[in-house]
Amino acid sequence: MDQIFGNLQLLFEFPAVNLEIIIQGAMIGAIFVLVAYGLALVWGVMNVKNLAQGALVIAGGYVSWWLAQRGMPVLVGIPVAAIVLALIGGACSGTPIDKFCRRHWRVAIVFAVAMTVVMFAGLYTTAPGSAWAAYEGVGRTFGTIGGIGLFGILVACGGLYGLVISRVIERDLFTSLLATFGIGIMFEQLMNLMFGSDTQSLRLDYDSFSFFGGIVNVPVAKLLAVIMAAALAIAVIIFMKRSRMGQAIRATAQDARAARVLGIDTERVYAFTFSLNAALCGAAGALVVLVWEIMPFYGIPYSVRAFVIVTAAGLGNLPGVIAAGIGIGVMEQYGGHIFGIGYQQAIAVLLLLLVLLIRLAQQRRNRQVLQ
Amino acid sequence: MSEHIIQVSDVSKSYGGVVANKDISLSVRKGGITGLIGPNGSGKTTLFNSIVGYHPIDDGSIKFEDKEISRLPVPEIARLGLLRTFQQTRIFSAMNCVENMLISLPHRKMTIMQMLAQNSKADHDRAAQLLDFVGLYEKRLLRSGSLSFGQQKLLEFAMALMNEPTVLLLDEPTAGINPTLINGLIDRLKRANSEFGITLFIIEHNMRVIMNMADTIYCLAHGEMLASGAPEDVQNDQRVIDAYLGAH
Amino acid sequence: MTGTGNKIVSYITLALFIILAPLLFPDYRTSLAALWLLIIVALTWDMTGGQMGYNSLGNIFFYGTGMYVAAVVGISLAYDVADYTNAAGGGIYKFTDAQYFTGMLVGSLAAGLFCAVSALILGWLLFGLRGPYFAIGTLGVAIAAGELVSNWDWVGGGQGIALPVYPYDLDQGKLFFYYLFAGLGVAVFAFCAWLYNTRFGAAINAIRDDEEKAEAMGIHTLRYKLIAWSMAAFFVGVAGAFSAFQLIHFEPLETAYQTINLGIFMVVCVLLGGKGTLWGPVIGAIMFHVFKEVTWTYFLGWQWVALGALIVVTVVYFQDGLMGWLKTRRPEWFGIRVEQKAAIAEAAE
Repeated sequence: MDQIFGNLQLLFEFPAVNLEIIIQGAMIGAIFVLVAYGLALVWGVMNVKNLAQGALVIAGGYVSWWLAQRGMPVLVGIPVAAIVLALIGGACSGTPIDKFCRRHWRVAIVFAVAMTVVMFAGLYTTAPGSAWAAYEGVGRTFGTIGGIGLFGILVACGGLYGLVISRVIERDLFTSLLATFGIGIMFEQLMNLMFGSDTQSLRLDYDSFSFFGGIVNVPVAKLLAVIMAAALAIAVIIFMKRSRMGQAIRATAQDARAARVLGIDTERVYAFTFSLNAALCGAAGALVVLVWEIMPFYGIPYSVRAFVIVTAAGLGNLPGVIAAGIGIGVMEQYGGHIFGIGYQQAIAVLLLLLVLLIRLAQQRRNRQVLQ
Repeated sequence: MSEHIIQVSDVSKSYGGVVANKDISLSVRKGGITGLIGPNGSGKTTLFNSIVGYHPIDDGSIKFEDKEISRLPVPEIARLGLLRTFQQTRIFSAMNCVENMLISLPHRKMTIMQMLAQNSKADHDRAAQLLDFVGLYEKRLLRSGSLSFGQQKLLEFAMALMNEPTVLLLDEPTAGINPTLINGLIDRLKRANSEFGITLFIIEHNMRVIMNMADTIYCLAHGEMLASGAPEDVQNDQRVIDAYLGAH
Repeated sequence: MTGTGNKIVSYITLALFIILAPLLFPDYRTSLAALWLLIIVALTWDMTGGQMGYNSLGNIFFYGTGMYVAAVVGISLAYDVADYTNAAGGGIYKFTDAQYFTGMLVGSLAAGLFCAVSALILGWLLFGLRGPYFAIGTLGVAIAAGELVSNWDWVGGGQGIALPVYPYDLDQGKLFFYYLFAGLGVAVFAFCAWLYNTRFGAAINAIRDDEEKAEAMGIHTLRYKLIAWSMAAFFVGVAGAFSAFQLIHFEPLETAYQTINLGIFMVVCVLLGGKGTLWGPVIGAIMFHVFKEVTWTYFLGWQWVALGALIVVTVVYFQDGLMGWLKTRRPEWFGIRVEQKAAIAEAAE
């Protein structure tokens, strides 16, 4: 208790601390906005509540980190992560490759099983105490080939969208929630197996701007990340407003049946929306790895925050998402400062509950329920 | 006061810029059959929904047995004994007819201990009797979702009777029902009114039907009250004829 | 007549098997107790999820809260809780047999009641949320509770609590906990079998099928939802209390409020077996337990990937579960009639 009062007092004695907290919170919020906007898209357009959102972010982070480990310039990671995640999300869905795989689905399954076997056989040699330890080098190669082959066939069959999401869109909403939860678990565990459970980060060795005698610090790396997030958001806004696909997405969001009647291929719109969301998450992850750290199980907080933001802001309301994202970032920083860093996760979740209850009270006044 | 069980005074409701109801006042006489007619889009269903609590009203007051209900949510209004059926019927389609009937027991009159008991023989008998009343006894063990639309409407009516309401609001009871069955339905509605003592408030499109049943009729057009009174008066009212046959 | 006779015989056989199983397979006592825990949480999840259509992802909250309440009450009967948790363990503080067993009994009852009451309060706040919002809201409650408890030093913070060990022989202890869980499981099953045949059971089914219609029929929807959830919470709380004493040591995030382990397992069990049926959760729990034991033994390291895949495959391709699949294949086994002829013939008799 005393500690909490002490922390509060600090805020009043040194107003600059407030500024520091707000700036930090806004910077964190800027990255949440990307993830939340992706969620708002898939939620609004295809009514899928994606609990795997955080796992996609972390996956994007690992793509960027993996490239940097192999000597790529750090910033290259951002577009590459976006592209890889778009592929995972379902960028191939509906293309000739996907159609070919679907027509010859038996071949695709046999290929996938064969690749799985090759991968596991290869990995087996690297297990500690394996009888085949002498062939570890060959095993590694086999493991890599199998893994890439499996990844390739899954992507070619439509990725997450084609394999899972497309089958849960029309079903009741709990289905999509649980299916994406399962996807999230799989992703986390695969990343854990591939990269280990240590925290990883990429540090950009730029300076910080300092004000007020060091109370307010603005690291250039974070500033860069915010600028890139903003640029990305603007690009998406322009895309949604100007391009044909953007218009088709907005039309589908309003009324999928009417859009279908008017000749819009809603399947393609859905696939595109989901892979766009995955790409946004991937890019956000690549930014996260620059300014904080990632590990396989750090995804859930991003999912939770994305839900808070979207629930608070509503669907298809980008200015609202931006405001809510930054607001949540700031509130979390304040909460963390006042109650201690251990409560940060709890605060994010409690904010979600708070937002839900406020929305509920609003609806009750209209004699309605929240659904 | 007590003669009128529902009293609607100066109720207005608009959706965005569209005015659906404007200063509507009407009252439903206890024990009678009151009709509400009007062309498509005249605001009949909006008024119904305002009464049973599906949305807030902008202005005015709605009283049921002299109690203000315009701010209560749906289940509380239903528990006062004010029940409605839906234009698009709503039944529990995964259950059979008897189960549907048994769910419709008047829960508002039950205590928790009664809830935690099984349905009694008397409940089953009453369900069978009411299913017989609407002519669905033969189909009682069928999954209700497999019934035809007209039969589902009859089932919904029987469910409403099972609930022993004080007032029953019916939203177009004859819509979608085979014309040859309509006379039977009119007869049953009248009997429900006279035998079970249920006050009826009916939205109806079919002029012949409502003129046959109601003792008082209100006519809405463009969200406003156009005419009211005994069936013959309303039927002969030039404004009503214009509203039905006019260009709108 | 023979139908009831057969039923009685099969129930007696089942009861004998339940009683004899741990004696016949002594190596699997702990695993069988874990299976009973799964059956309990699956059955209670189905009370709201399958029968009432409210898919909670936060029932694990009651499991964890049950653990903590039982432990705190059990300890407080003998010692000061703050001192006990400060010393971080049961090694220093000795419990007599009487203290141990009264602690367990009183603690379990307190856990059940506390959870039932907290379900009433949480439900009052959350039952306005429908569908996915309810799932997210309850998940939020469970996560938040875990985080808050792990910051609460009085109950041991992130370290958790270490309870005293079973006072007699360890093998006997395993048997003891097996029978505790089995007894609770049978009680929950019998309770559900009775509940679903009452008017209350029909009313919560009505809420699942069309809540708006149920409201319009004047059913006390909120009251029934609260009662159903708090009944479920009571049993989960007691199960949590038993687990606390069985596991001896538990901590908040991985054991008590294990959102992504048991919290999601119970849902998967129910989906595997079939939502909204009496036997579905039981069968699903057995199927899931076997799957889990096999993957944990033979695919160590990949077990979680396999589990995620199981969730996805179940949800996407097999959502009605085993019982649901049978229901569409063999509706007559469940007394459902769709054909007109059968019903008319019946009526003519």
